[in-house]
Amino acid sequence: MSTYEQEAVGIATLGPVQQTVTEEQATELHSTVSAPRARRRRRIRWQRLVSPLALLGIWQLSHVFNLISPGHLPPPSLIATTAVNLITHPTPAYGSLQGALLVSLERFAIGFALGGSVAVLLAITAGLSRIGEAAIDPLAQMIRTLPLFGLIPVFIVWFGIGTLPKVLLVALGAAVPLYLNTYSGIRSIDGRLFELGHVLGLNRWELLRNVVVPSALPQALVGLRQSLGAAWLSLVVAEQINANAGLGFMINQATQFLRNDVIFVALFTYTLLGLLTDWIVRILERRALAWRTDLVIR
Amino acid sequence: MSVATSAQIGVAQSTSSTAPAAVAEVRGLKRAFGPRGVLNGVDLSVAAGEIVALIGRSGSGKSTLLRALAGLDREGTGHLAVNGTAAVAFQDARLLHWRRVRENVALGLRVEDRERVAEVALREVGLGEHLRAWPLTLSGGEAQRVSLARALVREPDLMLLDEPFGALDAITRLSMHRLLLDLWGRHRPAILLVTHDVDEALALADRVVLLADGRIAHEERIALERPREREHHDLVEKRVRLLTELGVYEKGAVL
Repeated sequence: MSTYEQEAVGIATLGPVQQTVTEEQATELHSTVSAPRARRRRRIRWQRLVSPLALLGIWQLSHVFNLISPGHLPPPSLIATTAVNLITHPTPAYGSLQGALLVSLERFAIGFALGGSVAVLLAITAGLSRIGEAAIDPLAQMIRTLPLFGLIPVFIVWFGIGTLPKVLLVALGAAVPLYLNTYSGIRSIDGRLFELGHVLGLNRWELLRNVVVPSALPQALVGLRQSLGAAWLSLVVAEQINANAGLGFMINQATQFLRNDVIFVALFTYTLLGLLTDWIVRILERRALAWRTDLVIR
Repeated sequence: MSVATSAQIGVAQSTSSTAPAAVAEVRGLKRAFGPRGVLNGVDLSVAAGEIVALIGRSGSGKSTLLRALAGLDREGTGHLAVNGTAAVAFQDARLLHWRRVRENVALGLRVEDRERVAEVALREVGLGEHLRAWPLTLSGGEAQRVSLARALVREPDLMLLDEPFGALDAITRLSMHRLLLDLWGRHRPAILLVTHDVDEALALADRVVLLADGRIAHEERIALERPREREHHDLVEKRVRLLTELGVYEKGAVL
């Protein structure tokens, strides 16, 4: 496989950080890339659509030929219709799709903002000071081994069945991987760069901005991806317990009415939200790690 | 870097006893790593505008001495003073990979219009075309030139160069020598050049100082004009003496 093909794979999959070179950047850096090469890359990208589309086709066809019962696995066409109906005709049982989505998104956003900012603050404190490390890291390592979902009953006892325990579960799910990765990113900063900072007479703020943050960023972004994944998972689980609004509530209701098509609509919505946050991270990576692209391409 | 940050180790700096011409003054500097004494009372002074090459076998403490002068090692005892500003260039160019070349040079600069000042320095080392390049796209020689520009832009009275050309290939090294002499000719900083390369020392320095057993064991003054002919009889003689002092000279060996 040529470098370019590997790159294309890296773009299309949710690959690790090293592979997040985007096509635009690659083209920008290699503006002299030959036309056939560029065309081949475009073709590879297009080829990646074939298997998902084929699966969708087979899925639909299996219903046309009555191979699967719609009650077990509704056809894509039914899922699409149901989605449109849930958007245009809200029902008392389910509410509207966009309403549920907003509720879930809000829980996610608050939980993630809370967990993420606490994690980053703690990681910087533990990473840059010995006292901070001694105080914070043992606790963080303990929390890491705690089974997250085992906390749900405790959270219900403590915080009731409203929004709070859900938000807190998302926050905890987000915080752990982000803390661990950011902390280890800061810890693995090349000590010689601190020497350089000293020689150049950088103050604390300049050191943080020019050395600490950029050095730790690649690892922190890996943590961000894991953290987003964990946060979505926490939300899905938390929402299905004692919720009275949101996508999880919609799934619960649909279970009772045996409406698998509604469940699939909710699941796909979760998927789309996950893809959305992943896309945001990739834009962040593209901007923050632009300096590494040269390394990857060389 | 100011005098205050790099000056004191053990004994406070005393300007009265320091000759005004000396940019760097070291007296009785001792430094041990555990039980192993690396510097056992080093005396060295570098005059303004002078190029001093510090040579020695590996582990002889030449980098330790330079790091003490740079303020990177404060564990030693003795007298140490830097009168004026010092700048450092390391063997690894030590650029921040996530900052473009110009920003690397401008880093920590406390002047107005730092971008433009950095630009001038980069043009001076022949990198005017690479202002916005990422460091990882540079060759080893180019990266080292950025590192020189970064030191130069601070208009130091003393440049501390820790084997800056050690990792470069022979051809690049020669062109870097020419560049360094060129920059020195224009700005006239004092230079303390740590090197393990006797030829490099002989080609560049006013004075070659040899560090052995934690002390200055030998010194050669070279009054020749630069650039110098490598086979000049004076240099050949000095080379033999230095290599003998280093314990690596064998009679009849090709130098």
